[in-house]
Amino acid sequence: MATATIPVEREHYLNTDYGIRSWLLATDHKRIALLYLVTITLFFFLGGFFALLIRLELLTPAGDLVLADTYNKLFTMHGQVMIFFFLIPSIPAVLGNFLVPMMVGARDLAFPRINLLSWYLLVAAGMLMLHCIFTGGVDSGWTFYTPFSTAFSNTKVIEAGLAIFIAGFSSILTGLNFVVTIHRMRAPGLTWSRLPLFIWAHYATSIIQLLGTPVLAITLLLVVFERAFHLGIFDPTRGGDPLLFQHLFWFYSHPAVYIMILPAMGVVAEIIPCFSRKRIFGYSAVAMSSIAIAVFGFLVWAHHMFVAGISLYSAMIFSILSYLVAVPSAIKVFNWTATMYKGSIHFDTPMLYAMGFIGLFTVGGLTGLFLAALGIDVHVTDTYFVIAHFHYIMVGGAVMGYLGGLHFWWPKISGRLYPEWLGKFAALTVFLGFNLTFFPQFILGYLGMPRRYWQYPPEFQVLNVLSTAGSTILAVGYVLPMIYFLWSMRYGKIADANPWGAAGLEWKTSSPPPTENFEEIPEVTWEAYNYDEIPSPEEVPVGR
Amino acid sequence: MSERILSSKLYVGIWATLMVLTVITATVAFVDLGPFNTVLALVIATFKALLVVLFFMHVKYTSEKLTKMAIVCSLFWLLILLFLSLADYSTRAAGHG
Amino acid sequence: MDVEQQRNAASLGMWVFLGTEVMFFGGMFCAYLIYRYWYYPEFAAGSRSLDIWLGTTNTAVLICSSLTVALGVRAAQMGKRRLLVLLLLLTLVFGLAFLGIKAVEWHDKFVEHHVPGASFSAEDLIQAYPQIHIDPARTQIYFSLYFAMTGLHALHMIIGVGIFCYLTYYSWKGRYTPQYHTPVEIGGLYWHFVDIIWIYLFPLLYLIDRKPLK
Repeated sequence: MATATIPVEREHYLNTDYGIRSWLLATDHKRIALLYLVTITLFFFLGGFFALLIRLELLTPAGDLVLADTYNKLFTMHGQVMIFFFLIPSIPAVLGNFLVPMMVGARDLAFPRINLLSWYLLVAAGMLMLHCIFTGGVDSGWTFYTPFSTAFSNTKVIEAGLAIFIAGFSSILTGLNFVVTIHRMRAPGLTWSRLPLFIWAHYATSIIQLLGTPVLAITLLLVVFERAFHLGIFDPTRGGDPLLFQHLFWFYSHPAVYIMILPAMGVVAEIIPCFSRKRIFGYSAVAMSSIAIAVFGFLVWAHHMFVAGISLYSAMIFSILSYLVAVPSAIKVFNWTATMYKGSIHFDTPMLYAMGFIGLFTVGGLTGLFLAALGIDVHVTDTYFVIAHFHYIMVGGAVMGYLGGLHFWWPKISGRLYPEWLGKFAALTVFLGFNLTFFPQFILGYLGMPRRYWQYPPEFQVLNVLSTAGSTILAVGYVLPMIYFLWSMRYGKIADANPWGAAGLEWKTSSPPPTENFEEIPEVTWEAYNYDEIPSPEEVPVGR
Repeated sequence: MSERILSSKLYVGIWATLMVLTVITATVAFVDLGPFNTVLALVIATFKALLVVLFFMHVKYTSEKLTKMAIVCSLFWLLILLFLSLADYSTRAAGHG
Repeated sequence: MDVEQQRNAASLGMWVFLGTEVMFFGGMFCAYLIYRYWYYPEFAAGSRSLDIWLGTTNTAVLICSSLTVALGVRAAQMGKRRLLVLLLLLTLVFGLAFLGIKAVEWHDKFVEHHVPGASFSAEDLIQAYPQIHIDPARTQIYFSLYFAMTGLHALHMIIGVGIFCYLTYYSWKGRYTPQYHTPVEIGGLYWHFVDIIWIYLFPLLYLIDRKPLK
């Protein structure tokens, strides 16, 4: 790997044109990935800021930091921003956009201009959302339950609904691009069974985006119409059924959580074999599990409605189906750990995130099963137990997968190495801060503290203080990578094509890659994860 | 979609069939067939839709399995939405709204 | 990507997109299904207040437009530029006719006070069908769905008209050849899909119960 000498810089996708127009009118999937990276990072910090305010309010039992109405807006906008403007795009729009074409041996996605349109749609939606937030905000909960959202809320429900509607189209078009690319643009010899599991995960994610998001779109549109034109579809005084809204809303929003976790599982499936120096255990099982999660994920939505008024009979059906959907996830966890067994484990930063993912996702997933049991759910629904459950999956799972992926592919994206010791430190900070923030919330919920409440009985204060303390540590852990990634772009060690000794077509081209990805499209004759053939980085005499 | 060029007579024939079925749908609605009215109307509509998909949209003549997969999957997913929602509504003790 | 691969990709892309549209309209069909199951008398009465002959005519208009679209794709396959332009123009005429008739129907609904909201009144229906017990509040649900479904369908028609203006212009400019006419093909797919949605909307909205009343 090169050190010191400054050769004439080779042309690659970053330095090919520095003008602002070349970025804003980019059709290169790698540049669009970076556009997304900047956008969603900004929204992540906005959503995180709302979270910090929530945790500050909850330091004391009394409602003394903000008004109750303001608190309602804070948790609403925290959820909306984090879910629709950070988590849903995150891995697919950043890592997926960057890597999917390269991993299939293509020069770009099937529809590069639609890819750019996807980004602009997210930006437009984001600007509408920001306008909504800064001119009064919305307090309906990210779940927009009717009739509060349609008839009683005095806040900007229409703007928020339209913003998320537009963001949904960004998501749909990304999914469309990935499906067509994976079907139609694989390199010669790259059969489905030779694809990296990251691709399988993104294919499954795209199916969900394509089939689920339109239902959210029409549901939010109907809410907007009801508020704007006084239609009566969800209005109980006119015979409307608030539960109909919930059925339609959760038909998307449950599969949405699989949009958020499947890509992270795909990242983990790339990291674990690389840092165990072993083929993935049970490739077919993991690939089929991704598809199974995508399909079964559509059959369980009413487990969000167990106490809302659905029939007991349908509650039992959805409960059983919810147990079923856990099976493919468990299969994946077993396969990842089996991959590590008797592997040669390297504890680099991406691996720390991947291992953290496995532990935290397992906790989150198990508590999901607790919630799927009707008897337990009656007790803990709408309490902090639920909040802890989904944060274990969304943050302990998806966000750690995202960070692990960013670290793993950072050399490929930027051509630089981040400082490894700082990476490890930040990963451990995130892990510690995360658990301190959210584990107490399981206990709080079990003891009965309701969610979305701005004040609480004094006996819950100690656990809340622990949680808030954890959140400040977590915040530090999140800010650190932003700083050192930026630092590395200027001062980081220069990376060669494959600093981790990883398998996959993306590692066969230079770091950063040229705009057209490959000098020549490779012809694939080998199976995925051929780690028995790839030397470990320390076996090859290159410096790090 | 295949590149096979279909005869204009075939298209006109399909068009004529669709027009006839439309007239039938409208006039049969005035005949009392009990609950069968709805069934018949939907069966005719489905048949018309099939004609459009198979002939006007060329699905009968395509060798692309993915096209058929996309259609089947979309319809299957729609049925998931409709049937699982109905599982709740049709079993509520409270009955109608 | 070569031309053949591009065509394949574009075609798959459009079919996948139509799949998303099935789910988009599907949400409204779900709402319709539930409420028709619950409020059949009100749905029947609301349905009778629609003009069945305007609805049938509109259905016929769309079927004619699908014919001209299919023949247009065929003309493009055979390189017959003038015929293609003519057929696309005819398609536009049919599309605009549909929208015009739809506008007349909506105007009728407005005049009859069947638009949901403050000025809604189901009195005329209650009077017209004394044999059916009609709850005026629930009747608004039928008309809410009527406007939502026909409105979104009409919006898709308007987008279709826009797409076909684009196709007509570039056909006239000679851009489409037997080797390359992918936009015409996939534009056609979109148009047929919008026709299919109407094929279902027609019986579901207009023909709920037209039996002679006892």
